[in-house]
Amino acid sequence: MSQADAIQTVPTAKVRADVRAGWLAVIVFALLCVLAQAQFDWLETFPEALQLPVEAWFNIGMDWIVANFRAVFQTVTLVFTYPMGWIRETLHWLPWSGFVLVMAALAFKARGAGLPVFTTLSLVYVLTVGLWTEAMNSFALVFISVPLAVLVGFVLGVWGFASKRVERALNPVLEIAQTVPAFAYLLPILLLFGFGPVVGLVASVLFAFPPMVRNTILGLRDVPSDIIESGQMSGANRAQLFWLVRFPAGRRQILVGVNQTTMASLSMVIIASMIGGTADIGWEVLSTMRKAEFGASLVAGIVIALMAMILDRITFGMAEREGRGLEHRGFLKRYGFWFAIAGSIALLIVLRPALPILGAWPETWQIDLAEPLDQAIQWFILAFKPLLEAMKNSVIFFVMLPLKIGLDKAVSPFTWGFGWQPWHTAVYAVLVLAGTVAAIHAGRVRLAIAVVLGALVLLVGIADMPWPASVAILVYFGWRMGGSGLATGTALALSFLLVSGSWDKAMLSIHLTTLAVLASFLIGTTLGIIAAQNDWFSRLMRPINDTLQTMPPFVLLIPIVMLFKIGDFTALLAIISYAYVPAFRYAEHGLRHVSKDVVEAATCIGATPMQLLLQVKLPLALPNIMLGLNQTIMYGMAMLVIAALVGTSDLGQEVYVGLSAGNFGQGFVAGLGMAIIAITADRFCRAWQRNHEARLQKGAA
Amino acid sequence: MIDQSSATTTGAVKLSCRNLWKVYGSKLDYYFDTSGYSIDVDSLAARMRAEGHVPAAIDVSFDVHVGEIFVIMGLSGSGKSTVVRCLSRLVDASYGKVLLDGDNLLAKSPKELIEVRRHKMGMVFQNFGLLPHLSVMENVAFPLKLQGKPLLEQRQKAERVIELVGLQGREYALPGQLSGGQQQRVGIARSLIVEPDVWFLDEPFSALDPLIRRQMQDEFLRIQRVLHKSIVFITHDFLEALRIADRMAIMRDGKVVQIGTPTDLILNPADEYVARFTSEVPRIRLLKTAACAVPANGDASTMPQVAAEEPVENLISKLAAHPDGVAVHDTTGADLGIVTPASLIKSLAALGQDNTHVAS
Ligand SMILES: Nc1ncnc2c1ncn2[C@@H]1O[C@H](COP(=O)(O)OP(=O)(O)OP(=O)(O)O)[C@@H](O)[C@H]1O
Ligand SMILES: [Mg+2]
Repeated sequence: MSQADAIQTVPTAKVRADVRAGWLAVIVFALLCVLAQAQFDWLETFPEALQLPVEAWFNIGMDWIVANFRAVFQTVTLVFTYPMGWIRETLHWLPWSGFVLVMAALAFKARGAGLPVFTTLSLVYVLTVGLWTEAMNSFALVFISVPLAVLVGFVLGVWGFASKRVERALNPVLEIAQTVPAFAYLLPILLLFGFGPVVGLVASVLFAFPPMVRNTILGLRDVPSDIIESGQMSGANRAQLFWLVRFPAGRRQILVGVNQTTMASLSMVIIASMIGGTADIGWEVLSTMRKAEFGASLVAGIVIALMAMILDRITFGMAEREGRGLEHRGFLKRYGFWFAIAGSIALLIVLRPALPILGAWPETWQIDLAEPLDQAIQWFILAFKPLLEAMKNSVIFFVMLPLKIGLDKAVSPFTWGFGWQPWHTAVYAVLVLAGTVAAIHAGRVRLAIAVVLGALVLLVGIADMPWPASVAILVYFGWRMGGSGLATGTALALSFLLVSGSWDKAMLSIHLTTLAVLASFLIGTTLGIIAAQNDWFSRLMRPINDTLQTMPPFVLLIPIVMLFKIGDFTALLAIISYAYVPAFRYAEHGLRHVSKDVVEAATCIGATPMQLLLQVKLPLALPNIMLGLNQTIMYGMAMLVIAALVGTSDLGQEVYVGLSAGNFGQGFVAGLGMAIIAITADRFCRAWQRNHEARLQKGAA
Repeated sequence: MIDQSSATTTGAVKLSCRNLWKVYGSKLDYYFDTSGYSIDVDSLAARMRAEGHVPAAIDVSFDVHVGEIFVIMGLSGSGKSTVVRCLSRLVDASYGKVLLDGDNLLAKSPKELIEVRRHKMGMVFQNFGLLPHLSVMENVAFPLKLQGKPLLEQRQKAERVIELVGLQGREYALPGQLSGGQQQRVGIARSLIVEPDVWFLDEPFSALDPLIRRQMQDEFLRIQRVLHKSIVFITHDFLEALRIADRMAIMRDGKVVQIGTPTDLILNPADEYVARFTSEVPRIRLLKTAACAVPANGDASTMPQVAAEEPVENLISKLAAHPDGVAVHDTTGADLGIVTPASLIKSLAALGQDNTHVAS
């Protein structure tokens, strides 16, 4: 970083001086706020009088829509209820052996030999634990929501590709659809479409179409101009150029979109089941979890994980598949496979009356895994209780609480063994001051600023920081990073949180995500660095990461809740286990793709492996690693809402409460708040990236 | 000086481009508002540049005759691709005319244009432009598929051109499974399947390594001897141009600086820029036997006979065996004198120091 600092400081001494003065002013202001907090209430909580009834407005708007358009939505419900019913009935009617055959055939077409075996074994597991009906209900919803989401996404994607203006309009819509937590729009859908499986369908289509739009635009746009021109010169008209040239050439990327859409759809189908009434696999997990029957919810959770993996591998395999190449095959060769499958299914159906085993999995073959699992879990928890408790408590008391309410309140005789006295603050201040002076002396001004701010936050706590201080720090930081645009954006975002009365909860969310993101980022990046150096470790981690990423995040909660009960710590672990993966992947990818020439050159100069890593590879991989941070934040925010199910007290909980209390405004305002936080964090990351690139260019010039 | 434009032409004008301009930028109409532009070309281009536009082709005019290979050369960014894209209307020219068989191409409706492309034009791209999801056979037959031709006809014609480019046996491979040279053969086959009259090749061999490039040039010349297309060929390799061009144009910053046969350009470069292009070429490559002939001193009838058009390069071994010299005759059999080692060296020396000397 010192090198980057040096380049950064190239501009002019004046700019540097301005920056220092600016930060100094902000820090002094924040300190004043903290000191005055005791005297002035309005520093601590944003004055009630200035808040706007945003929540009520949303409710009024929603009521109006419901009052005037409900009929329209109900019609949609009616229209979709039938095909959904048909698909569900068909899946139930189909003998299990037939369904297994179809899925295995699809798996074979997508991936060849291995996948059908995995698919079959997974489905046999579903049969064995007796959750077939529930799984089929979920599959039915997925099978209808995926084509719909793909269609909607594709059409919008083509439109966005064709018109820049449409794309510009689509971008914020997609961003909001992807960052507003799913729970937040379950309720409006429920209000509009009425109770029933259609809610799950609509929610899952809404949640799942954005990746399809993005990938469609990307795929269509990235077709090399040579290919398009060669199509034109071959005499293609507009329709031919699109369907015979552009679309097939961008097919792979578009299919990646189908894959992502499928996974999002499944994930939402699972979440949507919590409104109940669908008797599907998500409901199974949730209801058992509420009754603390962890064995049963683990069994059902594994079903979801397996479903996710099957769908992921099949759709991903389709995208990866080589083109057909041999077009000269005859009709039979081309369609024979599917005729054989169809024939076999017909045969199974015909044989079913004679051989009932083909249609209904015998009860005697079912195994109750829940019972023994429960016992094992009980035993484990009892055996390791002291260890688990110690882990949990030390993290809560020594990390989470200080960051949340500040050292001055978190340090108490019960946990730390002593209480925080004023002279502690004095010593603390002296230490911080010494550190700052040392940093400035070494010419690391930015480090000094970071030390002061960090120390202040740690002393006061994120949640207890006076709001004007937080606003000042964040807005000024935004201005330094991304100029007036980012500063304005940050100011607007924070104003929304203040005015809508979500500030306190939002700070709790920020506290939890900051911690979780930092931890995920540290863990993920460290593991990623190790994996980049060590093929063996990389191979070991790949399936683990894949599994954690494909599973609907909901499932991740089960084992953690099991071990640590509900609470902030559980939420933290859940977020980390979901959000470390992108940090891992980007770090490994970035390090592994550092230019070979540079590495060889450094090796020739005589760099030790450690020097090579620290001084060559890491700095070069930094942009990629930061991309990982960006993704980690997104994943963390997504998981934050899910984690609300296990009892947090932040915005995520607010969303969830809004849903269960039927208060649309409450849930939606909180959801918007989360989206705003996520989007702002994303803009900060991007600004950092832009600065970094600019710095590199300046360095090169 | 000889008349450059008719030196080696072989037939009627096939494709003609008249005062062609292509300017990148928005709202350009006012440059060409009246029935033409009155001020001189250079100041107009300078004005466009000053106003932030990119004049990529500036007042380009040339003719391509039936059966002729017309090469366009120039540094990267000099506007070669732009010109060819205007000729094929992949981009719309800002001003000027492109006449194909006397018809203005720029005035055609999109529908008519598609018809022209389907039957009269073929184009080969630097990066091949193959459809990655289609096999060689399907890629080659693609233009016919677009025309809705029956499958049988598609296959028969595709097989024929695949054979022409020497790709038999790889019909069902995907582009990704082929080497660069093979991929470009597919591109060539595809551009030929509609039996076009006019054939555009935009740096077709630039992406290939030198050996394959040379082989592809030979292949290209062989195909051209069979098919006699009217060709516009872009390259930035002068030796390539020298091997294949009947005539060529050199472009610089959007303008054509000189048009002529390769030899013309080497021997009479219009300016420094052209001279720099040609400076690498070994002079002996250019010299034809006739240019070195001197009157015979004695009886030349016992000497070996050589055609006047023979490149001097080929004489060296003969002269080594016959130090007295060889006798030169033109195509009508007329006696043009003899070439001796001394006369050859003299002519070469003259070429080296005096570029205005006219050969042939
Ligand atoms: N779509 C475009 N928009 C703006 N400027 C363009 C566009 N296409 C080409 N140009 C400009 O027009 C000029 C000529 O480009 P062109 O591609 O014709 O060059 P070229 O001679 O084919 O070069 P090369 O040998 O690199 O292919 C260049 O300055 C280029 O930057
Ligand atoms: Mg070009």
